[in-house]
Amino acid sequence: MGNTMNINLKVWRQQNENTQGHFEEHKVQASPDMSFLEMFDVLNEQLIEDGKDPIAFDHDCREGICGMCSMVINGRPHGPKGGVTTCQLHMRSFQDGDTVVVEPWRANAFPVIKDLSVNRSAFDRIIASGGYVSVNTGNAVDANSILIPKEVADTAFEAATCIGCGACVSACKNASAMLFVGAKVTQLSMLPQGQSERESRVVAMVDQMDAEGFGACTNTGACAAECPKQIPLSVIANLNREYYRAKLNGK
Amino acid sequence: MKLDAKIPEGPLEQKWTKYKSSVPLVNPANKRNLNIIVVGTGLAGASAAATLAEMGYQVSAFCFQDSPRRAHSIAAQGGINAAKNYQNDGDSVHRLFYDTIKGGDYRSREANVHRLAEVSTNIIDQCVAQGVPFAREYGGTLSNRSFGGTQVQRTFYAAGQTGQQLLLGAYSALERQVGLGNVKMYARHEMVEVVKIDGKARGIIARNLVSGKLERYFGHAVLLCTGGYGNVFYLSTNAMGSNVTAAWKAHKAGALFGNPCFTQIHPTCIPVSGHYQSKLTLMSESLRNDGRIWVPKKQGDTRHPNEIPEDERDYYLERRYPAFGNLVPRDIASRAAKERCDAGYGVGPSKMAVYLDFKYNMMNKYGRAEATKQGITNPDDATLLRLGKELIKEKYGNLFDMYKQITAEDPYEVPMRIYPAVHYTMGGLWVDYELQTSVPGLYALGEANFSDHGANRLGASALMQGLADGYFVIPYTIGNYLSKEIHTKPIPTDHEAFEEAEKRASERISGFLNIKGTRTVESYHRELGLIMWDKCGMARNEKGLKEAIEQIRALREDFYKNVRVPGSDSGFNPELDKAGRVADFLELGELMCLDALAREESCGGHFREEHQTEEGEALRDDEKFLSVFAWENKGDNNYELHREDLNYENIKIQQRSYK
Repeated sequence: MGNTMNINLKVWRQQNENTQGHFEEHKVQASPDMSFLEMFDVLNEQLIEDGKDPIAFDHDCREGICGMCSMVINGRPHGPKGGVTTCQLHMRSFQDGDTVVVEPWRANAFPVIKDLSVNRSAFDRIIASGGYVSVNTGNAVDANSILIPKEVADTAFEAATCIGCGACVSACKNASAMLFVGAKVTQLSMLPQGQSERESRVVAMVDQMDAEGFGACTNTGACAAECPKQIPLSVIANLNREYYRAKLNGK
Repeated sequence: MKLDAKIPEGPLEQKWTKYKSSVPLVNPANKRNLNIIVVGTGLAGASAAATLAEMGYQVSAFCFQDSPRRAHSIAAQGGINAAKNYQNDGDSVHRLFYDTIKGGDYRSREANVHRLAEVSTNIIDQCVAQGVPFAREYGGTLSNRSFGGTQVQRTFYAAGQTGQQLLLGAYSALERQVGLGNVKMYARHEMVEVVKIDGKARGIIARNLVSGKLERYFGHAVLLCTGGYGNVFYLSTNAMGSNVTAAWKAHKAGALFGNPCFTQIHPTCIPVSGHYQSKLTLMSESLRNDGRIWVPKKQGDTRHPNEIPEDERDYYLERRYPAFGNLVPRDIASRAAKERCDAGYGVGPSKMAVYLDFKYNMMNKYGRAEATKQGITNPDDATLLRLGKELIKEKYGNLFDMYKQITAEDPYEVPMRIYPAVHYTMGGLWVDYELQTSVPGLYALGEANFSDHGANRLGASALMQGLADGYFVIPYTIGNYLSKEIHTKPIPTDHEAFEEAEKRASERISGFLNIKGTRTVESYHRELGLIMWDKCGMARNEKGLKEAIEQIRALREDFYKNVRVPGSDSGFNPELDKAGRVADFLELGELMCLDALAREESCGGHFREEHQTEEGEALRDDEKFLSVFAWENKGDNNYELHREDLNYENIKIQQRSYK
């Protein structure tokens, strides 16, 4: 439907983690109502029909919640629009004749698997180091016996909406994962359920974050600016506060 | 084959309690020597893997996504039901049980559904204990809303992203066990074969999607928590990777497939906009709490919706179903939308859409309440809208944003345009009361099984079932099997059964790569989807289904001659992953049509045009079809039908009415 747009794509191609990558140019005809990934679908079908290797990229839910899609578009993680993931970016955000440069997330802690796909298992390991409440199934008390003021619940929820896509890391010149870690620490440190492990959690998660090779935070704020879920920069301030608090208490 | 559902004896309310207190246990020392494989890490898989590991079993968990947190449960929007009766509005375990059976149009098992209703309350407690940030009232208590097919408020939610919050809770519990060394997690792995030894499931062959290698894993038991197969329709609200492959391989290894044609078409999705469309996006059923569905009273009315006066609008759900109004169950709302559009009242560019309008409640429900609260007397319409908008935003903000992003229209200003789309599959692997398939040691949990939703699932019940199965059912029922396996030593994976299974998988893969045809996998998938949607979708008839079966057979034959799968079997090759999944859909599609053809009645989401009341409602035939259809795969796309009769001892079966 609508008008056809001609897009010049410069896409990062890389066979695997151990090979050198390069940019490859393609011309695609798109429609303004198409999503950015649907444009890649069209291009890939074309490539396959021409006997060429389709471009590998990660994607799954295509409704902005699974966190799987991950493209740096014209230098910005998830592209030019604020508050959306790549899959929710539509071609109407571009002009006919535009040249669009597409790269994978760039960070040492996220090695390239192929083309635009990267390995983000470092995030899983950070969560495994402490991003939980230690409560085995079957131990819970009645849900309403834990009263949580609405404002606290809302703020915890806001932090918990992180989709773990890694745009924050990709946006950061230091490839820091502080926004990601800060979001989880903030959620759990605010809630009564998270109190027992409040200090051990933050220390363990920060240690794991450092071990994975993520960089340090210099409070530039690119992470929060590019976060598709608009996780606020204040979670990093909170992460620092929680970390000092734990350290002061000898954790 | 005699199907034994293994439903415990005794009164309905005591079956589960008695079962739990008499089921054999495995002692902690023995648990450490028992390996359980869990395939899929959505709500059912993550909760099962975490809980079983907490109990002491050795668990290996697999998902095809890059992280267990990305399983498609993450996308569930509206909420999760539980019979907590926190709103003091008359809810109870019995009512949730009754609503679910009735909502399913009397095609599910009483005992399973009652158990589901019983454990629903534990789920909320467990999730809150994990730190899941549900919506709350100012006093700090949990908030509830209504969903379709019920007259109480029993749905717990976290804005429009409840699935995300519940899954992150289960994922945290899972990662905790990964950190403790009790779960070994294999992400970017896809199960491609079940390994059976002496008739029992003893492991899987998984393909490492990064290296392309086939890998062998032993387990004393295998749990499939692999979700539904809505993507057989190509366009659905499922994630792009959602597939039937694991369940289908289990089916080919002897597990019966229950009610494959029972598909849920969700009434409120964003309509298709072009031929390049890759998926459809749901607008949560929770929106029907505050959105009113209508079409113009005049056929082919092209006026802007805001210019159509109140008395020229047909609020057809409120008109046809005054008792439930906009909150009728999904199958009914979907058919009613189709009926209006087919009759020429559809709206939007394609005319295949109806309006979902929030303006009335924005002003009169929320705006007025807020105005009163703020002491504004005689507020004008603009004030009411402004005040109401804020509250609507708080409840559904992310959904409204998503709608705007996709359609470039602002739903705060103009009504949403919506149309039904494939969303969920009630059918799935046949399981008994213990969630065991017809293959000993092979279990199916969550959407992957067929058991709890009959012919139509009620909103906010999928999350409930996934977590019920994983947190509270399988941890007990698996004991009955594993208690007899404590003497079974881990079987080395050079056993011939593993060899053979790997060989089958490897031959299939090289088969795809060697066809070297001209058509893309995607093009076959799209064509299959169209056949399914046209002939096995919202309305089905004998002629169409027979045509569909022929068309699918021809398409499948062509696939194996002409498909082009690029690349090789080593390294990362998403096209190859897709080829395997589409090949399985090409078989499943035929079985769905056979099932729909054999079930000569209408029930829930299964609407056979030959069987309807004068008012166009589904007409069941309880004499002939009060049963589960469980299909056995006889090889080469031949199937044998087995039936499990459903016995209703507690609920009086009647014509379902929401009028």
